[in-house]
Amino acid sequence: MDDKEPLPGVILTEKQKRRRRERSIAIALALGALVVLFFVVTLVKGPAVLIRPM
Amino acid sequence: MSIVENSSIDLAPAISEAGVADFFALLKPRVMSLVIFTALVGLVLAPGHMHPVLALTALLCISVGAGAAGALNMWYESDIDALMTRTVRRPIPQGRVAPREALAYGVVLSLFSVATLGILVNWLAGALLAFTIFFYVVIYTIGLKRRTAQNIVIGGAAGALPPVVAWAAATGTVAVEPILLFLIIFFWTPPHFWALALFRADDYARAGVPMLPVVAGPDATRLQILLYTVVLVAVAIAPWALGYFDAVYGAASLVLGAGMLWLAVEVYRHREGQPALSAARRLFGFSILYLFALFATLLAEVVISTLAALFVG
Repeated sequence: MDDKEPLPGVILTEKQKRRRRERSIAIALALGALVVLFFVVTLVKGPAVLIRPM
Repeated sequence: MSIVENSSIDLAPAISEAGVADFFALLKPRVMSLVIFTALVGLVLAPGHMHPVLALTALLCISVGAGAAGALNMWYESDIDALMTRTVRRPIPQGRVAPREALAYGVVLSLFSVATLGILVNWLAGALLAFTIFFYVVIYTIGLKRRTAQNIVIGGAAGALPPVVAWAAATGTVAVEPILLFLIIFFWTPPHFWALALFRADDYARAGVPMLPVVAGPDATRLQILLYTVVLVAVAIAPWALGYFDAVYGAASLVLGAGMLWLAVEVYRHREGQPALSAARRLFGFSILYLFALFATLLAEVVISTLAALFVG
């Protein structure tokens, strides 16, 4: 049996963790805003939302 | 010390330390602000009624698309950005953002902005935005910038398209008025960037970018600036002369055009030392004011006439 300690892998610094969290929050906010935008435009356009002139 | 120990190859995984501000900087916010402004003018000049939510959606997509093109430009140009004083502080040359991050960011934003504009507003506007991004990244950045002194003349088309995209978003078609706006920005681009290149010629030469002052020399550039400024002023007055825009715009284009011409003549006359640099800087600064003021006049006229109609009607 292999009783060695598992390798620690990549350990992020505090700065890297903080920046990753900031980026994750920004992506979440952007995607949330996109969902809200599509929802609001659906309300604005009503049934015509699927009619898109070229 | 062995050769291996002296190697600079770093096998550690690259963990990004890029912050949100770095990704915002990749969008070239100063360029984006001009895009938003010119697109806004294209939107408000367009005939008919556009729901404010759709207008905001179109503006958002156009500005994000422009920002995406900026990010892709910074991805491709990171090597020469590192050599120029004006661009060395950008996120990629500073090592804060990896080139592959900028590439992925630019591609994703391009796809999202074009798709959102197409789905929520109309596909003509979406296609024009896609063409704008393609033209800026592939034609200008990859194709022209490092090959020809005409880079910014042809590449200027990308920066001139936002009001056309905005008009298409509002009307579903393209007409003479947005093409006139396109022409104004198109002919404004060479004198603006060549004035910059006159006092940044060392930067461009160091990076190997064949800007006109580097390739043809400052005197040939001064002549080209003057000639393009004459064409610009005529093109900017033409919409009033042809009856597309009214007398207030006509007066503004005449007064501002006189200023541009005077400063272009000053650039042509002063060829040595500090007076030459100062003349180029003055023209560069005024050219920004010129374009902003022309478009602001059009915007103000529409806003004032709409408010007047509201209060009188």
